[in-house]
Amino acid sequence: MEELSVLIGGKAGFGIDTSSVIIARILNRMGYYIYIYRDYPSLIRGGHTFSLIRASNQKIGAHRNSADYLLALNQDTINLHKDKLNDDSLIIYDSNAVNLEGVADSIARNPIALTELVKQESPSEIMRNTCIIGSFCKAADIKWGILEEVLRSAIDKELDLNLKIARKGYEIPAQVKKIPELNNPALSIITGNEAVSLGLIKAGLDTFIAYPMTPSSGILHSLAQKGSDFGLKVIHPESEIAVILMALGVSYVGEKVAVATSGGGFCLMTEGVSFSGMSELPLVIVLGQRTGPSTGLPTYTGQTELHFALNAGHGEFSRFIVAPGDAQEAYYWSAIALNISTKYQIPSIILTDKTMAEGAYSFNLDEIKEIKNQEFLPWDKKGPYKRYLDTESGISPLVTVPQKDTVVKINSYEHDEYGITTEESALTKKMADKRLRKEKYLLEDLENYPSVGVYGKLDAQEAIICWGSNKGVCTEAAQKLGLKVIHLVVLWPFPLKQFQDALKGVNKTYSIENNATAQLAVLLKRFNINIDQYILKYDGRPFTAEEIERQLEAHG
Amino acid sequence: MVNLNTYAQNTWCPGCGNFSILTSIKLVLSSLVEEGLGLENIILVSGIGCHAKIVDYINANSFYSLHGRVVPAAEAIKIARPGTKVICFSGDGDSYGEGMEHLIFAAKRNIDITVIVHNNRVYGLTTGQYTPTSPLGYKGRSTPYGTKEHPVNPLELILASGASFLARGTSHGMEQLKNIFKEAVMHKGFSLVDVLQVCVTYYNMYEYYDKHIYELSGYNPQDYNQAFSKIREWDYNTEAPIALGVLYKKEMPSFESSFKQVKVDPLDRENKIKQVLKSFI
Repeated sequence: MEELSVLIGGKAGFGIDTSSVIIARILNRMGYYIYIYRDYPSLIRGGHTFSLIRASNQKIGAHRNSADYLLALNQDTINLHKDKLNDDSLIIYDSNAVNLEGVADSIARNPIALTELVKQESPSEIMRNTCIIGSFCKAADIKWGILEEVLRSAIDKELDLNLKIARKGYEIPAQVKKIPELNNPALSIITGNEAVSLGLIKAGLDTFIAYPMTPSSGILHSLAQKGSDFGLKVIHPESEIAVILMALGVSYVGEKVAVATSGGGFCLMTEGVSFSGMSELPLVIVLGQRTGPSTGLPTYTGQTELHFALNAGHGEFSRFIVAPGDAQEAYYWSAIALNISTKYQIPSIILTDKTMAEGAYSFNLDEIKEIKNQEFLPWDKKGPYKRYLDTESGISPLVTVPQKDTVVKINSYEHDEYGITTEESALTKKMADKRLRKEKYLLEDLENYPSVGVYGKLDAQEAIICWGSNKGVCTEAAQKLGLKVIHLVVLWPFPLKQFQDALKGVNKTYSIENNATAQLAVLLKRFNINIDQYILKYDGRPFTAEEIERQLEAHG
Repeated sequence: MVNLNTYAQNTWCPGCGNFSILTSIKLVLSSLVEEGLGLENIILVSGIGCHAKIVDYINANSFYSLHGRVVPAAEAIKIARPGTKVICFSGDGDSYGEGMEHLIFAAKRNIDITVIVHNNRVYGLTTGQYTPTSPLGYKGRSTPYGTKEHPVNPLELILASGASFLARGTSHGMEQLKNIFKEAVMHKGFSLVDVLQVCVTYYNMYEYYDKHIYELSGYNPQDYNQAFSKIREWDYNTEAPIALGVLYKKEMPSFESSFKQVKVDPLDRENKIKQVLKSFI
């Protein structure tokens, strides 16, 4: 596979994030598929932050522990990442701020007096980014026109100054390590969070409500920014408890609604999750996982909320849980999650994690399956309206509020078909059955969706079992080692049939997860499926492909 | 009079102050309907506690919420359906205790909902514990030797939080309650009515209130400073005259009106998604 990685690092607040997007878009316009890994500490200024932009001639969803181009705006970038250099790497660095002590002399380097150069044009240190990107393009023999085009599309403040400074960087003579142009079309590069936002909009989202929390805040930010174009109302209230209760209020009148949070915020929401189950109010919750427990590592990753999502909220009720594996799946399944909530009147939980939520992927809308617009089960208007009419599927006809001559009562207490409180024993059982029955119909329905993905060498006898954002990294390792990958997208109701089909011919299984307790493997045990070998990582960082390859080889 | 009865059996204690709130609000709802507001445009929201059963007893749209969570649900309903009248019923344990934060924020936003607090100053349904408005030294089942904390003055707090309508009534004055409720519901902005509603079983204050209450007259509720001192006249603890009526009223922009109500059709959405994606190339 033809590929390369660019690592750019500096202090937090130096604009590393924006720079990584610009570099990614440049490589994208040269025909490469992109994945960006972002690593930053939980602070506003200072600290070390870096992005690794990986470009390939094939679709990718993971980074490798290597840097073919190392762009250093601070000393830490050299000190912390010199292990990622290879014999052919090229270092481009601010020679006013960084020295290369400890780096083998054989490694090529382009020292640029960035601080001095930028000072001549602007008092803003942040402009060093633009200058180093100019130098990088020169060193990679990238046409000025591509760089200019990307800067024009990505920068809205002080464009002329940015262009001037980029040109300065571009004009400095440099050692060249050429990046060839490929023949693929340029795609959109979007984060998991942006994909979730657009997927929800696609399925007709009316209102989005959230309290900021990493790694899901990006959804709040992008919808607050773009939402009004889509007729979307965006609310940021006083707490996650208010968030979910507001969402249920919106749901009650028949609008489509979603919320987003991380583990800590979801803890506060759980009474609302249970309320959604009891009152049968449709609701989508995006749960972006990060390193826990408690405050944990706020800006790092993990896959530790699977069992939390499965069990959140007291009492027993139907729910839908899905964990998309990349941006395209995030778009598709966010729309489907909203549709499923609308159809079954249940809470849907979309499990993302920091790796996917804030990682960026090449995105091709044309590859995504058709998504239909889901309406409520219609009411035939015969007799008085019963909000909780007990039907064969358990799904009651649903109307929007207000509706002339129609009274709509929802209730957190056990209730009768009209929604009036009851404590009567037979009715209690009947309504519990009604609510739980919906999940069985949902499970059948899910047979029509790609609930389980199969990748790698399809006839291999050894298979990696994974879920969520590990799809890309596991597939890459499997392709190299000749293994099969079984990627669970739908986690509840558990798609047993599709999973068993995927398991056919497999005699050895590896569970690869970003947690310490093998949460997916534990779930599989409920269905008498035993995993042979666990490969677990729970230091806040995602797997790299070579890490998985190494561990699989050690076990194999 | 519009028939607003349901088949639900009423399970409040005989003599409960909640009956006067139920009767008064039914009269108000009935008058709203008679004046041309469709019954479907009334949405009732309640929390959890004796007060909350009221929604089972009124044949109108209702959202029977969780303990302390009346207000956020009501706010969202109003934002989504600004043409409706959203009326909340809450208890003192409910909105002055577990849900106090929401109340403060709703007042801060001046969102156009009405909150009627059935303030009996005791937990009824959990059988007799102190609440945020019980007086210092109140002996309840969780504080058998008397509380060691002063009550909160909810009206003072909510005035400071930015509410634009505050009133007080008692369950012994139905005619007045009806008038206050109507004025609160018609007020454009956040309105709160603190009803000194008596719990005959756990904290019978009928006699005490009858001795201390008086009706406001010759009073200008638009004057913030005057409202502030009137609200501080009685602190829910020490002996003092208790003013009833509309204590504060002001016209201010309401939160829900800041939201645009636009529907974008699916095809248009699709095209706009494509535009957004294009900007990410």
